Amino acid sequence: MEQHDIVIIGGGPAGLAAAIAARDEGAEDILIVERDHQLGGILNQCIHNGFGLHTFKEELTGPEYAQRFIDKVKEADIPCLLNTIVVDICHGNENESGTKIVTVMNKEQGMIQICAKAVILAMGCRERPRGALNIPGYRPAGIYSAGTAQHYVNIEGKMPGKEVVILGSGDIGLIMARRMTLEGAKVKVVAELMPYSGGLRRNIVQCLDDYGIPLKLSTTVIDIQGKERVEGVTLAKVDGRGKPIPGTEEQIPCDTLLLSVGLIPENELSSQAGVEMNPITNGPKVNESLETSVKGVFACGNVLHVHDLVDYVSQEAGMAGKQAARYVQKECESKNADRDISVVKEEQLRIQQNNMIIELKAEQGVRYTVPSIIHIDRMEDTQVVRFRVGGVYANAKIAVYAGETKMMELKKRIMAPGEMEQIQLKKDKLQELVEQNILTNQITIKVEE
Amino acid sequence: MKAMYDVLIIGAGVTGSAVARELSRYNLKIAVLERASDICEGTSKANSGIVHAGHDAKPGSLKAKLNVAGSQMMEALSKELDFSYRKNGSLVLCFDEAQKGALEKLYQQGIENGVKNLKVLTGDETRQLEPEISDTVVAALYAPEGGIVCPFGLTIALAENAAMNGVEFILNTEVKNIEKIGHEYQVIAEEYEPFVSQTDCNKGDGTPRGNRKEYEAQVVVNCAGVYADVFHNMVSEEKIHIIPRKGEYCLMDKNVGKLVDKTIFQLPTALGKGVLVTPTVHGNLLVGPSAEDVEDHEEISTTANGLSGILDKAALSVKQLSNRQTITSFAGLRAHEEKGDFVIGEVKGAEGFVDVAGIESPGLTCAPATGQYVADIVTKILGRTGEVKEKTDFIATRKGIPHISELSMEERQKLIRENPAYGNIICRCEMVTEGEIRDAIKGPIGAKTLDGVKRRTRAGMGRCQAGFCSPKTVAILAEELGVPEEQITKCGGASRFLYGDTK
Repeated sequence: MEQHDIVIIGGGPAGLAAAIAARDEGAEDILIVERDHQLGGILNQCIHNGFGLHTFKEELTGPEYAQRFIDKVKEADIPCLLNTIVVDICHGNENESGTKIVTVMNKEQGMIQICAKAVILAMGCRERPRGALNIPGYRPAGIYSAGTAQHYVNIEGKMPGKEVVILGSGDIGLIMARRMTLEGAKVKVVAELMPYSGGLRRNIVQCLDDYGIPLKLSTTVIDIQGKERVEGVTLAKVDGRGKPIPGTEEQIPCDTLLLSVGLIPENELSSQAGVEMNPITNGPKVNESLETSVKGVFACGNVLHVHDLVDYVSQEAGMAGKQAARYVQKECESKNADRDISVVKEEQLRIQQNNMIIELKAEQGVRYTVPSIIHIDRMEDTQVVRFRVGGVYANAKIAVYAGETKMMELKKRIMAPGEMEQIQLKKDKLQELVEQNILTNQITIKVEE
Repeated sequence: MKAMYDVLIIGAGVTGSAVARELSRYNLKIAVLERASDICEGTSKANSGIVHAGHDAKPGSLKAKLNVAGSQMMEALSKELDFSYRKNGSLVLCFDEAQKGALEKLYQQGIENGVKNLKVLTGDETRQLEPEISDTVVAALYAPEGGIVCPFGLTIALAENAAMNGVEFILNTEVKNIEKIGHEYQVIAEEYEPFVSQTDCNKGDGTPRGNRKEYEAQVVVNCAGVYADVFHNMVSEEKIHIIPRKGEYCLMDKNVGKLVDKTIFQLPTALGKGVLVTPTVHGNLLVGPSAEDVEDHEEISTTANGLSGILDKAALSVKQLSNRQTITSFAGLRAHEEKGDFVIGEVKGAEGFVDVAGIESPGLTCAPATGQYVADIVTKILGRTGEVKEKTDFIATRKGIPHISELSMEERQKLIRENPAYGNIICRCEMVTEGEIRDAIKGPIGAKTLDGVKRRTRAGMGRCQAGFCSPKTVAILAEELGVPEEQITKCGGASRFLYGDTK
């Protein structure tokens, strides 16, 4: 059976950054498995600019941003299996060494089983379809998820429609409003169910305001007309609970409805592999090393939780790659070392003392945290904790508590669900709090107004 | 130029296809005229996919007779024709002590209809069998003979087998008039372009125009679903009236597909007919249908009330049913004849015109038996003027497209070696390969639309609902059919996807 130290599933921004970081950390034997015919993932169709401001201090297009990572992967001579889909990830208790078996399939080799010491999940996410919203009406052609329309326009060079209504003001919806307009389509309106946009502020300005495209908040599509191709949609205002308000209906003729109504991490493989999931993010639960509940299986990027900025995906994936490399090295050491019993005992004692496990709890306006568990002994000097808030907050604070004691707070002028937030935890500070018995097993993060 | 046939069948749904398959056993020239761009485009594509055990229909009715017969034929047929079927059993739930009498009556009716192995269970026995059944259930009728079937799989299998045995399927062809001249029926139809024309594409007006076609046949079999009354009334003074009865459904993600194992019905109460919750043969969960009589024969839109109504009712049967798991919703029309039973037989005063009308539930279950029953009628009619001989070379079995994701490692390996396209996943949710999609397009009645590919392979039926795979499938369709991508449609007519190139 083919063997590799680290198998990375997905060659998009997360997989690429993970591979590079793992190599930098000393991992020799890495394999990237990518289902598409090229690396780069969804960035290949994101031809607008604005990528890389944090990482490269310049504005790149999606393909340019991806290319920088692809070049590094090529320089590092990391092998990639393209046009290859992962069918199954298997790990078993019978398999005491902790080896994972990744079953993949492609045209040339058929079904292959690959043995891996560590696996990094980097499969990305998919778009929520119409059915998930139960939008009533007919089921004609002309209803696309925004990403599918983006693929048609930017990859295939084809127009999926001419008169467009967009439901959902997530970033892809906003970007597509501008893109379709530039290609000569008439974008009549962007409707958003929530009283605020789910996209980045800069995208609302640059993609809607600059082109005079109206954004209707607290509005949804309640009917789709057209038996063969879309002929129109009916919009209605919604109340505080998202229910349409009778009498506010407005019929809008159009031939296309684009949906930008949320992204779902694509975790079918992870679930099959027995990875424990977080019901809020729809991604795996991970610790400080971005390791999932299955030892040696790491996760990063949009498969872990949906990001707004690819820069953060790359950062996070870098951490996963580094930790996977360390995990593999440790596995080797523990297997190879011919250690006498006293050394083992000493180590066990050391682990007991330092292996403080801290649970991160999201409360009061904070929806989740990634990671959700921190082993203090294993954390880096600075640990980034990312999360989203559940509503729009102006002039509020992010407060972090160790037990009852507030250990830090961060003032925020504005917070919204569309923009990911982060805090940094310092290892020495946590150790200090543990020694003072202030921090026992839980850190709580909440919004205080 | 008139095309001459022994038998013309109107409608390529499950019933028309079953009739065609049974008649293809004989040395007859047969054609099926279908208005849509594909087989299985009407009532047959949007129903519960249930093989009813047969306790619901009134004893002595055609529905009762054909239901029990069809149900008993289904398993063997699924092996002969290679479609998905599972005998999962069904439960009719009773929520009220006062309703137990009605449940008992249903049991007696089932016995009278010839349904085997029926049993009345207590509430606890029911929950032992299906732990997710609501605590409010006090009793249930258990029918181990009940099953589930892929409605597309069944219809396509019947039609393809008929085609293999010489039946012509003439698609995109809508019958406009039927007239008896002498001993023959003259059928006038309009034939539509199979693809959106390039000029229409560019104009932004994709409705194809029709060409007049004429056919002549000794026997016409009317399997036209919700339009069966239209054709019947063209040849008979005794009018029938089909009422399209709309049913809305929610299809749920496979991760809740095992919430229940059996098909869960509700005993009709004063509050109305209940809805069912059932696993599908492909592992999803299906909830529905509502029931609403509509005027428009094309009214298959879903409604907010319809969808929330079925979810509310389904929640009575099954605990932990969450509408957050819905991946798509749809509606279909039942062809309800106002007298309540199927209308099958030669029409009085119109010799050689055979109705197969009012085929609502349990029409899907009945289809194999209906096919035989109607073939018998047709051969008797033709026997009046000449001898109808059985073919010596009838092909009784048919093999479907391989479903790669369901095969073992070794079987997949072998297939991919023979044809590498079986190693290229196009639909990642349902794990459908390029090879399967190409097979679907090249089949005996090949898919020409995205929906056609979907019904034959499941590509696009998964949780992302064709978000990722539709551009790839459209490209494969265009390549195989030798037309530009702009001309490929979702389901014929003006249902195209693309409006030409970007700037």
